[in-house]
Amino acid sequence: MRQDQTWGNRLFDIINHSVLFIVAIVCVLPFVYVLAVSFASPAEVAKGGLILWPKEWSLVSYQYIFSSDTLPRSLLVSIYITVVGTLINLAFTSLMAYPLSKPHLRGRNPILLGVLITMLFSGGMIPTYFVVNGLNLTNTLWSLMIPNAISAFNLIVLKNFFQQIPDGLEDSAKIDGCNDLGVLIRIVLPLSLPAMATFGLFYAVAHWNTFFNAILYINDNEKWPIQVLLREIVILAQSRVGDASFDEMDVQPLTIRMAVIVFATVPILLVYPFLQKHFAKGVMLGSVKG
Amino acid sequence: MKSNQTPAAAGPQVKGELSPEKRKLLLRDLVRDRWMYLMLLPGVLYFIVFKYVPMYGVTMAFQDYKPHTGFFGSPWVGFKHFERFFSEPQFWMLFRNTIILALYNLIFFFPLPIILALMLNELRRERFKRFVQTLIYIPHFVSWVVVVGIFYILFTTENGLLNEIIYQITGEKIAFLLEKDWFRTMIVSQSIWKEVGWGTVIFLAALAGVDLQQYEAARIDGAGRWSQLWHITLPAIRSTIIILLILRLGNFLDSGFEQIFLMITPTNREVSEVFDTYVYTKGMTQAQYSYSAAVGLFKSFVGLILVLGSNWMAKRFGEEGVY
Repeated sequence: MRQDQTWGNRLFDIINHSVLFIVAIVCVLPFVYVLAVSFASPAEVAKGGLILWPKEWSLVSYQYIFSSDTLPRSLLVSIYITVVGTLINLAFTSLMAYPLSKPHLRGRNPILLGVLITMLFSGGMIPTYFVVNGLNLTNTLWSLMIPNAISAFNLIVLKNFFQQIPDGLEDSAKIDGCNDLGVLIRIVLPLSLPAMATFGLFYAVAHWNTFFNAILYINDNEKWPIQVLLREIVILAQSRVGDASFDEMDVQPLTIRMAVIVFATVPILLVYPFLQKHFAKGVMLGSVKG
Repeated sequence: MKSNQTPAAAGPQVKGELSPEKRKLLLRDLVRDRWMYLMLLPGVLYFIVFKYVPMYGVTMAFQDYKPHTGFFGSPWVGFKHFERFFSEPQFWMLFRNTIILALYNLIFFFPLPIILALMLNELRRERFKRFVQTLIYIPHFVSWVVVVGIFYILFTTENGLLNEIIYQITGEKIAFLLEKDWFRTMIVSQSIWKEVGWGTVIFLAALAGVDLQQYEAARIDGAGRWSQLWHITLPAIRSTIIILLILRLGNFLDSGFEQIFLMITPTNREVSEVFDTYVYTKGMTQAQYSYSAAVGLFKSFVGLILVLGSNWMAKRFGEEGVY
């Protein structure tokens, strides 16, 4: 397997390794910095400079953001829409993908075509807003879950995945008296756990990161998900998250902002390693099969 | 197709009407698959209500839409809103900004994941490869608010880390976030940082499918690393590259709406306002519903032409295309 270790090859390997190592570090370094600063003491942050490991640890910024219920409440909103929204996504998507995976089903092709068209063309922001509004979903958390219940792309990939499951398994379940829904729940879904984990992760990430739909559909700031709050604090530089404003407490605006970013990021990064081996498989499947 | 639909059973075709045998077969299939149809129902309803009704709703671009009369009851005004939009002095500004941002993303962003995937593919040590892959995927999973937020914190003139470093070296600070000259650079850098790693996934999948024997044969023929790359690896992922290029051209005009929305400031509006942000401002904050729907429709229309056009081109050059 090894190639001749000529000078050129060796030099190439060294450069290749170094560049990739630097790229990898650049991708995570900002997160390390954010995390470190959020735990550093205000005095250390005030001195400035790069902090990758706080010398004096402090929880003051976390105490501050939890001193009122603004942040905890938006965290709860985000957790709620992520959990419930993802369950809705997975249920809707797999329920629709399974019948579409059966070539003999009458009417399958027109429905598939209808789905494909939505990937090419959409009504756009304003008409969609009026549909959501007309259904009285605006200013409810449903407006962040129902209008995105199915991703057409995920649906097609899942349909292709279901198609690969051997028919024999399903036939035997039917002989044992299962109806199609039973076959989906008892046979097909358990066989599709890697795919479901992958799509679950993608859907969950999308819900956790929901930002613009909340700007569009939610007026009531008690129903803001964490990303909207994060924008207020970090980008619009709103100085009130906790009970007191920044000046009244011995805190640095910078560390507060960092602490809020941590909450908007960490939950996703905690799930990621557990699902990584699944999604590598799942994504490949989708990309190769189209 | 099912075996029971033999030509003999089909009988003579009458347009719009089914022969009795066919009708019986159809009825039997519908009854047999009743659970399947029941399972399809929520999804089909979803697509109708949230995708097709808004598609019908774009007719509001040809109306003077009033929320209380809805899509069906508002008076028709023809192309009034389009005429207004095309004669608006801002039209060319929006057009230019949208196209330039899209081109920047295409030129500076598109090749990078391919290069990175090729570099990763050259790694022989599995553990190092997995280490790099794990880390470069991470930014993809955070929201645009987090990405823009981190950029704000790093680049701000008020104690932003990078500006501090620049200050130490040059004695000056650069208003990366406010100056309009830096806007496009910032947008493209953010896109690259967030998505370049993730973009490698699909190319790595394509690379994994290359037959290793080809390399073996090439080596015996005396091909070096570069000629292997040029004659085996690149041709092998050519069709993947082209399909992704077409898909990207399809979304050419949506260069990251959330991102631009977050980065837009009154000082950089001249280069940052694009069709999407304009639709939002006019429609949602100024309540000019029909006008902004017309702008949105114009954008979708141009986008659609771009996908169909690029797909057609790909086919002419003997590639597969997406459809």
